[in-house]
Amino acid sequence: MDVLEGICFFIAALLAVGGAAGVVLLRNPFFSVLALVLHLLALATLFLLLHAQFLAAAQIIVYAGAVMVLYLFVAAYVGGGDEPFMPSGPLLTLAPFFAAALFAELAIAALGSGLSAINSEGAKIDPGFGGPAQFGELLLKRFLIPFETASYLLLIAAVGAVVLARRRRGLEHLDEEAGI
Amino acid sequence: MSTGTWGWLILAFPLAGCIIIALGWRLWPGRTAGWLGSLAIALAFASSIGAFLSLLSKDPEHRQVVANAFDYINIAGLHVKLSVLVDPLSVVMCLIVSGVSMLIHVYSVAYMDSDRGYVRFFSYLNYFVFSMLLLVLASNFVILIVGWAFVGAASYLLISFWYRRATAVRAGIKAFVMNVIGDVGLVIAAFLLFDKTGTLDYAGVFARAPEVFHHNDGVLVAACLMLLVGAFAKSAQLPLHTWLPDAMEGPTPVSALIHAATMVTAGVYLIARTHPLFELAPTAADIAAITGTATLFMAGTIALVVTDLKRVIAYSTMSQIGYMIVGVSSFGYAAGIFHLMTHAFFKALLFMGAGSVISAMGGIQNMDRMGGFRRAMPFTFVTFTIGALALSGFPLMSGWFSKDSIIGFEFHRGGVLFPALGVVALITAFITAFYAFRMVFRTFFGEQAPEAVELEEGQLAHGEHVNPLTGEAEDTEVGFPGADHHIAERDWPMRAAMAPLALLSVVGGIVLIPGVTDWFEAFLEPSFKDSKYYSNIPGSGAEWLGLVLGGLIAIGGIGLAWLLYIRRRGVTLRLAERFRRPHDFLSHKWYFDEAYDAVFVRPIGNFGSFSRRVIESRFVQGFIVGGAVGVVRAGTSAARAVQTGYVRAYALLLVIGVLALGLYFLLQSS
Amino acid sequence: MDVSWYIVLSALIFCTGLAGVLSRRNPLVVLLSLELLLNAGNLALVAFSRMWGNADGQIFALVVMVVAACEVVVGLGVIVAMYRNRIPIDVDEMSELRG
Repeated sequence: MDVLEGICFFIAALLAVGGAAGVVLLRNPFFSVLALVLHLLALATLFLLLHAQFLAAAQIIVYAGAVMVLYLFVAAYVGGGDEPFMPSGPLLTLAPFFAAALFAELAIAALGSGLSAINSEGAKIDPGFGGPAQFGELLLKRFLIPFETASYLLLIAAVGAVVLARRRRGLEHLDEEAGI
Repeated sequence: MSTGTWGWLILAFPLAGCIIIALGWRLWPGRTAGWLGSLAIALAFASSIGAFLSLLSKDPEHRQVVANAFDYINIAGLHVKLSVLVDPLSVVMCLIVSGVSMLIHVYSVAYMDSDRGYVRFFSYLNYFVFSMLLLVLASNFVILIVGWAFVGAASYLLISFWYRRATAVRAGIKAFVMNVIGDVGLVIAAFLLFDKTGTLDYAGVFARAPEVFHHNDGVLVAACLMLLVGAFAKSAQLPLHTWLPDAMEGPTPVSALIHAATMVTAGVYLIARTHPLFELAPTAADIAAITGTATLFMAGTIALVVTDLKRVIAYSTMSQIGYMIVGVSSFGYAAGIFHLMTHAFFKALLFMGAGSVISAMGGIQNMDRMGGFRRAMPFTFVTFTIGALALSGFPLMSGWFSKDSIIGFEFHRGGVLFPALGVVALITAFITAFYAFRMVFRTFFGEQAPEAVELEEGQLAHGEHVNPLTGEAEDTEVGFPGADHHIAERDWPMRAAMAPLALLSVVGGIVLIPGVTDWFEAFLEPSFKDSKYYSNIPGSGAEWLGLVLGGLIAIGGIGLAWLLYIRRRGVTLRLAERFRRPHDFLSHKWYFDEAYDAVFVRPIGNFGSFSRRVIESRFVQGFIVGGAVGVVRAGTSAARAVQTGYVRAYALLLVIGVLALGLYFLLQSS
Repeated sequence: MDVSWYIVLSALIFCTGLAGVLSRRNPLVVLLSLELLLNAGNLALVAFSRMWGNADGQIFALVVMVVAACEVVVGLGVIVAMYRNRIPIDVDEMSELRG
């Protein structure tokens, strides 16, 4: 089991990193979106490996299914041609290096003695861990308020999107439409 | 009432008058402010008489009364009280000041009528009298300096009374600046005296001076010279005299009060009051005497050629003050103060008469345009002539007794210096008589000026109002003289003021007739009891010889004037032509103004514009201010460079911040 | 598997996303990189949740997903508005904060 788990992990990890690299490096934004979809699927696999079944499902359905489709629509609408990868400005050429530096720091932090508290085995978990039943119970009992707030946030976002993207043809148009 | 109380009353009345008049400046109708001011001074005069009688009622040993109000300054080592000294010298000065001021106030009630600054004038005039009385009644150097400064300020306010006249304003500034130079001298003298004697009271300083200073001690001579700087600035002696002729820009009553009878005598009073110091430092006293003599000669010669009526009288004042300075510096105190008194009488009278004549001329002060006012203005003619006779030292006039007592004292002092000064004084006496009657003959005799003709027919001349010096037109709204002119023949207050002065000019000599009466001298003696020169007066025989000589000189001068101005008219013009250079030298006032201009005024003005152009513009504005601004600008430009507007740059800054934080925590935990 | 592997993986994805945000000019791709950042965070959360046996981390990750969705919606709306107003689709074009 461990070996199988390890193989699955590495394959999923490779796909995830590859997808991430693809998002950043591919010139056509359309392809970047597809790379991200791949990345999300890899990530869903990793969630499964971590006993987060419900989350993996939500990831695929919501993230990869809905959000990415939205991206695709906008990518098609807006277009956005090929653009040179090399960023403009002297400071921004150093951006990858800063990112690398941050990675180094985080890696040291994760692997170094600072995080020696990380247990390699993980805690004992019962079979329902990460399943929908547990999720539902937690959401409706302990985390009710964050749950409601999140739905509120979704509403605001939806309204905001409509406001942002509507055509503005002046106020007379609105008056006409309202029948005044 | 105690003597001290009289002293305070003398001060209180003019101060109250000034404040009351000033506070109600919109309320006083017509001439009310004038009468109020005169009343205040009349009450001050009555208080002076009260003080005088109160002093007389004491025996001579106790005639120096100091009345304290409260501690004025009380810090480490310096104790000064607000107190007045009522002693014979100050009472005599108070009587003179308040008496003559009272008459001048009455004169001004009529003279300044129709001037829009009428109320302001009387509050200033009361303030001036208060300041002068404060100066005179001071019992320590601090109050003296306070009074000194106040008097200077009052003089400035009154000289530039018609404040829209540019010449008047300049004259006021000139007077004030020179007075301040004197103030500085006075303050330095006070410092020096305090340093050595540890006190500022007259009594304390004079008592300790013989112990602390030896004869002709350097510090004492320096202190006395500084006192002299103050005295000369106030009394318009060489070299600080140039302000006095310009001060004639003020109204005539101001000239009469300040620049004839009271303020300019402050220097004489100062030397008389600080006589113990001068007797200990005869060098300084000798310098004062020499300067006084030089001034009296110089002023006399200038008065010979000047054509502006008021300025002749001004130079005459300068000259007569020179006599007084010589008198008190030669330690002839009674003689000096006596001449101060008689001079107050006849000089104020002369100014009043001149004011009347100038009014008749419609504001013109140039003697070239005057003449023949004898019949049109009889009262003015008589009083003016009496004043001129007293000034010349005509026998039996008060001026005869006083001036010649000074000259007599000179010769009596002996040595080489004083008789020489006496000779110069005699020569100048001749010149004095001459120019005095030059004024009389040119103004009242000779061909009648058109204004005189009009006046005889009953018409007071009312020409266009012009600046008498420059001739430019002025309107008679506030800041310029009023529309109407007032002459003595028509306004009774003016006559009421001039008549007593004329009387006093005639009989004033009675208080000190050598060999006959010595009331003046006897009364003043307690103030000078510590002087070894006071009782050393010439014998009556010598005095009478001097008086006869003086009288002859006076008559000679008058005779010469009569000759040149009545009998042989036009001679003076030809003489002026013949002696063009000396004449110019004199009429340019010995070029003092030009010299001061070149030595002091121009360089300072140049330095000022240099400062403005170079130091201020380039250095301060450009370098310091501009530099500070530049640094701030550069700093903000550098700071602004961070705000590129690009989102990604801001994100990068975020990342750098996170990196730094992470690094910190990593290092922390390791 | 060692949880630390998952953490390192999460860091790698995070830094990749960061590099993308900083260096790409197309706002669409910037938003995609932003998704990467959020996903990396999700991964870390779930890994820790597994480590402690506490499902709270997964709830957190769910809420993060919701937030990501909202943010994507608004961001895409902005891009559409940019397109509609004929602004070139370039992050550097929006530099009105330049001071």
